[in-house]
Amino acid sequence: MPLILNDEQAMLRDTARSFLAEQAPVAALRKLRDGRDALGYHRDLWKGFAEMGFTGVLVPEAHGGLGLGHVEAGVVMEEIGRNLTASPFVSTAVVAASAINRIGGEGQKAEWLPRIAAGEAIITLAVDEGRKHDPSRTAMKAERAGNGFRLHGAKAMVLDGHVADLMIVAARTGGAPGETDGLTLFLIDPKAKGVAIERTIMVDSHNAARIVLENVEVDADAVLGEVDQAHGALEGVLNVGRAAVAAEITGVGDEAFGRTVAYLKERKQFGRVIGEFQALQHRAAHLFTEIEIAKAAVLKALQTLDEGYDRAGPIASVAKAKAGQAATLAVQEAVQMHGGVGMTDEFDVGLFMKRARVAQELWGDANFHAERLARLSGY
Amino acid sequence: MADLESFRAETRAWLEANCPPEMRLPLKDEEDRVWGGRNAKFSSPAQKQWLDAMAAKGWTAPEWPTAYGGGGLSREEAKVLRSEMRRINARSPLDSFGIWMLGPALLQYGTEEQKQHFLPPIVRGEIRWCQGYSEPGAGSDLASLQTRAEDKGDHWLVNGQKVWTSYADKADWIFCLVRTDPTAPKHEGISFVLFDMTTPGVSTKPIVLISGKSPFCETFFDDVVVPKENLVGTLNRGWDVAKHLLTHEREMISNMGMDMASLGEVAKKAIGLDAQGRLDDPLLRADIARFDVDALAFRLAIERTGDLAKAKQGHPALSSMLKYYGAELNKRRHELMMAAGGADALEWESERSQGGTPARSWLRTKANSIEGGTSEVQLNIIAKRLLNLPGA
Ligand SMILES: Cc1cc2nc3c(=O)[nH]c(=O)nc-3n(C[C@H](O)[C@H](O)[C@H](O)COP(=O)(O)OP(=O)(O)OC[C@H]3O[C@@H](n4cnc5c(N)ncnc54)[C@H](O)[C@@H]3O)c2cc1C
Repeated sequence: MPLILNDEQAMLRDTARSFLAEQAPVAALRKLRDGRDALGYHRDLWKGFAEMGFTGVLVPEAHGGLGLGHVEAGVVMEEIGRNLTASPFVSTAVVAASAINRIGGEGQKAEWLPRIAAGEAIITLAVDEGRKHDPSRTAMKAERAGNGFRLHGAKAMVLDGHVADLMIVAARTGGAPGETDGLTLFLIDPKAKGVAIERTIMVDSHNAARIVLENVEVDADAVLGEVDQAHGALEGVLNVGRAAVAAEITGVGDEAFGRTVAYLKERKQFGRVIGEFQALQHRAAHLFTEIEIAKAAVLKALQTLDEGYDRAGPIASVAKAKAGQAATLAVQEAVQMHGGVGMTDEFDVGLFMKRARVAQELWGDANFHAERLARLSGY
Repeated sequence: MADLESFRAETRAWLEANCPPEMRLPLKDEEDRVWGGRNAKFSSPAQKQWLDAMAAKGWTAPEWPTAYGGGGLSREEAKVLRSEMRRINARSPLDSFGIWMLGPALLQYGTEEQKQHFLPPIVRGEIRWCQGYSEPGAGSDLASLQTRAEDKGDHWLVNGQKVWTSYADKADWIFCLVRTDPTAPKHEGISFVLFDMTTPGVSTKPIVLISGKSPFCETFFDDVVVPKENLVGTLNRGWDVAKHLLTHEREMISNMGMDMASLGEVAKKAIGLDAQGRLDDPLLRADIARFDVDALAFRLAIERTGDLAKAKQGHPALSSMLKYYGAELNKRRHELMMAAGGADALEWESERSQGGTPARSWLRTKANSIEGGTSEVQLNIIAKRLLNLPGA
């Protein structure tokens, strides 16, 4: 398959681009931040996502979605990145939709997928516990109790945690932290007894929460997939999230880069535009190269998820690591090449730096994925 | 050397007796720094006690002559003082643009009256200074500055605008570059003047930084009357003073972050060790180890550059080398701090993150390679003045 968007995908990109630029530009993020918005996303925008069909991009048509692929989800993510749009798209329409669709039973799919597609349910995956992403280190306990389970432990970096209607929680039914066996996924109602949710205001003004489960009791039918055997399925779903965030972060980096190139053509010092200085020209040219390479890796990861879902691990890591590096460089160069203005809150480039930092950390930073690639490659 | 050893023993004993225990604890946050000035803020009595004790000995400016309130220490003695302070983790008693920047310029270019008048209050932390260099159109190309000072016989009349003036809203006085001869080539019509920020016609407007803090301002001058005697150095030769001051500013910036907690320790606490006692994240461990190599070697390069200068073998442009490397290093340090801090370090307001201290500090360091002349400008200076490259 050629490493370019096909016509329908390019059309979707154009649609998403104009929709987001109009409905959810960077100014919308500022409004959420400065108004200390209780939801952390614009409800009307989310309705718009549903009307456009974005919420159902990965939901099969049988369940009311568009039944499109990961490339299409990535196309939307990249535009979200360009606009720093805050929305439950990645938590709900990408990761939760994949998890339920891939791992869920028929009843679970029928219950939740149509609501995702309709923009009526926000669902989030709660996996990380420590400071760094690493699903195998899951320590949250799930003990058998009666006909179900009792969960105990804490989660961090739960996207949209404080507005979620449902949480998909990874917990340990067996094994010890560090082991891949013994993990199980549970569907947990955030309103259940024993669930405490703390919204954490983040540097990038996007939604995240910490969640504490204190002896939360669930029935056996709250299990998503197989008991003790969730690790493989979870990695699959995380690969979707990683590739999607790689697409977003590429949008973040590319937009910061575009704005920087424009500034190089505009700002004058020493009687000429600063873009005339070769020191800056070469750095811009280098950055262009890095971003192009990241785009190739991201598209390949998304395509691989569509064509051979189970083979996507290594390329998802390549994409997440490369996109993370390229975007990090892009936002750093953006601030630097803007000089003093780049350091001001009033100017947007700092917001790109903040989002890039969080997206870099989400579901594994560049080091995590380089390490994972080494492991998957057998060295 | 025997003298130095006894100086060390005396210093140790004095610090033991005079440095309050609270002043041996790490700063809680940036707000915990002491800047002095007319409206000085102390977050504890110990801060004031520590400042007063150090100022009385002149040790807020250890190498300045005692005649101007300084400590009168030799370079070697000052090193001993610094190392003894480091030994007990003593905080800096005073952070001051007066000490870091203006003082050295006054010592070099000021008249005797100016030194007598301005230096002692700087040592004592009584007057807080800000730096009026950059303008909207004059950043890297500083010499193209447009703020005018007209000769009105018995005073200067200053009109114009500065930007990115750090702490202009909190400073008592400003050292300011102004154009006194608009017809001369750009470097030859600039003068260096000092004036009180409460002079009528001076106003400031804070600008919020990406860290969410607001330490810098737009600064406006509207018919500001400046006494004739407040000109430093020769009329229209202010660029010499400005450059001399910049070498000190650059040395100050190159030291940023050097007193911070070791990255390895931070990462160890955050991430933990594996069964072999190594940081349980092999790639981050490698990143930090490589950083430490650079940081430890760099610390020595700072020392060596100072020793070269003292031995009259230095070069003013070496301050650009230190500034460039120190700034880039500090940015790297904070990138790694963020990596080690992971999810916790991304929180912006929580108690857990001390109000977002890691993220806010990380964002603030992005200015290190901009303030005091950008990294690109430092590299240009190295290429031109140290390497004599053609066309540079
Ligand atoms: C936090 C902070 C505090 C500051 N505090 C003060 C203060 O107290 N007082 C004060 O006077 N100023 C202060 N400054 C201003 C600072 O000195 C200027 O921002 C700096 O000199 C750069 O100028 P500029 O912002 O106009 O950027 P520009 O000069 O517009 O530079 C934009 C980009 O172009 C690059 N560039 C410019 N010329 C060249 C060239 N010839 N070759 C290669 N690249 C080039 C720059 O390196 C930069 O990357 C502060 C700045 C910051 C960020």
